[in-house]
Amino acid sequence: MNAPTQKWKALIVDDEELARKLLREMLTQHPEIEVAAECANGMEAVKATAEHKPDLLFLDVQMPKLTGFDVLELIDPAGVSIIFVTAYDQFAMKAFEVHAVDYLLKPFSRDRFEAALQRAKNQKGHKPADPIALSATARPTGQFLERIVVKDGTRVTLIPVTKLDYAEALDDYVSLVTDGKKHLKQQTISGLEASLDPALFVRIHRSYLVNLERVTRIEPYGKDSRVAILSNGVKLPVSRAGYARLKSLLDDRA
Amino acid sequence: MSSVAKTSPAVQSKHIVFWTGWIFFTLVLAALLASSSDLPWKHAFLLAAILSGIAQVSAQSSFVSCRIAPLTRTPLWRLFATHIAAAVLLTFFWVKVGSIVVVEFDAHESWRGVAKIYQDKTSLLHAAGVFFYLLCVAFNYALIAQTSSREAQARALESSLRARDAELSALKAQINPHFLYNSLNSISALTSIDPVRARDMCVLLADFLRMTLGLGEKALIPLQTELDLLDKYCAIEKVRFGDRLYLEEQIQDDARQCLLPPLLLQPLVENAVVHGIAQMTEGGRIRLQAIRSNGRITLTVENTWDPEAGPSRRNGVGLKNVQRRLEARYGKEAQLEAKAEDDLFRVSMGFPAETEAPAS
Repeated sequence: MNAPTQKWKALIVDDEELARKLLREMLTQHPEIEVAAECANGMEAVKATAEHKPDLLFLDVQMPKLTGFDVLELIDPAGVSIIFVTAYDQFAMKAFEVHAVDYLLKPFSRDRFEAALQRAKNQKGHKPADPIALSATARPTGQFLERIVVKDGTRVTLIPVTKLDYAEALDDYVSLVTDGKKHLKQQTISGLEASLDPALFVRIHRSYLVNLERVTRIEPYGKDSRVAILSNGVKLPVSRAGYARLKSLLDDRA
Repeated sequence: MSSVAKTSPAVQSKHIVFWTGWIFFTLVLAALLASSSDLPWKHAFLLAAILSGIAQVSAQSSFVSCRIAPLTRTPLWRLFATHIAAAVLLTFFWVKVGSIVVVEFDAHESWRGVAKIYQDKTSLLHAAGVFFYLLCVAFNYALIAQTSSREAQARALESSLRARDAELSALKAQINPHFLYNSLNSISALTSIDPVRARDMCVLLADFLRMTLGLGEKALIPLQTELDLLDKYCAIEKVRFGDRLYLEEQIQDDARQCLLPPLLLQPLVENAVVHGIAQMTEGGRIRLQAIRSNGRITLTVENTWDPEAGPSRRNGVGLKNVQRRLEARYGKEAQLEAKAEDDLFRVSMGFPAETEAPAS
């Protein structure tokens, strides 16, 4: 909608003021880039991204409430080049390279900064990486999700996994049920299953992933199937394979 | 360790001992049998070789009895009793077995009369047997002493290496690399925005590192020294977090000189910053408290935290380390408690108050 000579819009997201100032200072040498906003936390970043539709996002990883990975899951990745800025090198840097985004390790040199910027420019127009897959690969291996971030319109909700009763697959979405409330998230149920602790969550059915703590009993249903009854009375179908998984898990516990 | 030789050095040296002993005793016996007798030298050597071979059984058993009665831990009388008894017994059997062999030889034409010569030399053979056995004992003790001193050397080396490893990992645990990276990033930002503050920050960081490394070597330091270190640490973190970090100290004056293992509070305050302050958008408060009463000192580190920031990983390395160090120093007198309630996380510890370093 703007003229083709429009400036690049950048967002700087970091909870430390000095870290933001440093990036802003380095960007002053690039008149073609305009800093649309600075954000001190993930919530602000999600809001500002929706509002400004930036081309470039400098994203800190360790921030209060929402981490950089959480932010990535909540924004529309179309047209945004993301450069992670972090002091933590253990966040599987390989993932960033595979998904063709760059990262800056604090502290970084101007040369490194320029190189990252150049990479982002070169990638402009490429197909954006799948943010959920990216955040899944970037998460340290062997570490399971402790909370799930969901965006309902402009509201961001954090669901601690212990509060999640069950998840239901709905085409490209999962419906996350907690305390009787449902939250929709764009993710496959297999993707969700893979990021949760398999000792706590069981795939009892092609379309259902249940929190084991909530299951009170299993009852036969019809002649060849079963239902799981949760502590709040909800009944969920259990497939034959799902029953086998449930049984082996409960046997392990006993 | 040689990759060519199939046998280990220990087995090799055993072989050497066996063959040297055998050859040596063969020569002794041959001389003994041939002198002042009609036995030809050739026969004397053959017979001596066989008798010496049989005697190797007592040589081997001397090795066992040396193990059973270690030189340094056995009373002298028992040492003598054991070996003399073994020497007499084994020699008696050896001479007996030898006489059976000799009788066999005597049946042959060319060996006729050998039994008689053997008979005549019985007392000499007994003496030689006892002598040989005691020689073996002496040799075995020497061998045991040598290997044990070599083992002791290896053990001393290993334990000194292990101690250094522990020291290094303790230091590594104390200085969190991400603390350094983030501080350096702050300096990097300040160099153009505010060079004077950049320099101050460099000095603070250097002071903190110098103190941390210096304190690690000491067994006990006054609380005041630890507090000075914490002031530096918090000053550095305040550059990063600004108003988000608020530190409050409630230190009783007579607690300041109490002694404690160094860097006991620092990891707890660092936890409070990393898991408390850094996780809260609006920041939070850290409260340090030291109370001395009834001969004990109670230290508390308390911080505000966000219970919604996910399950806390507070039972981490830092807290465990503090607990281990407290137990090592004060045993059952030490007490440590970590508690999360609402929006406060509190670690408090107590141990006997000491004010001057005990004579070492």
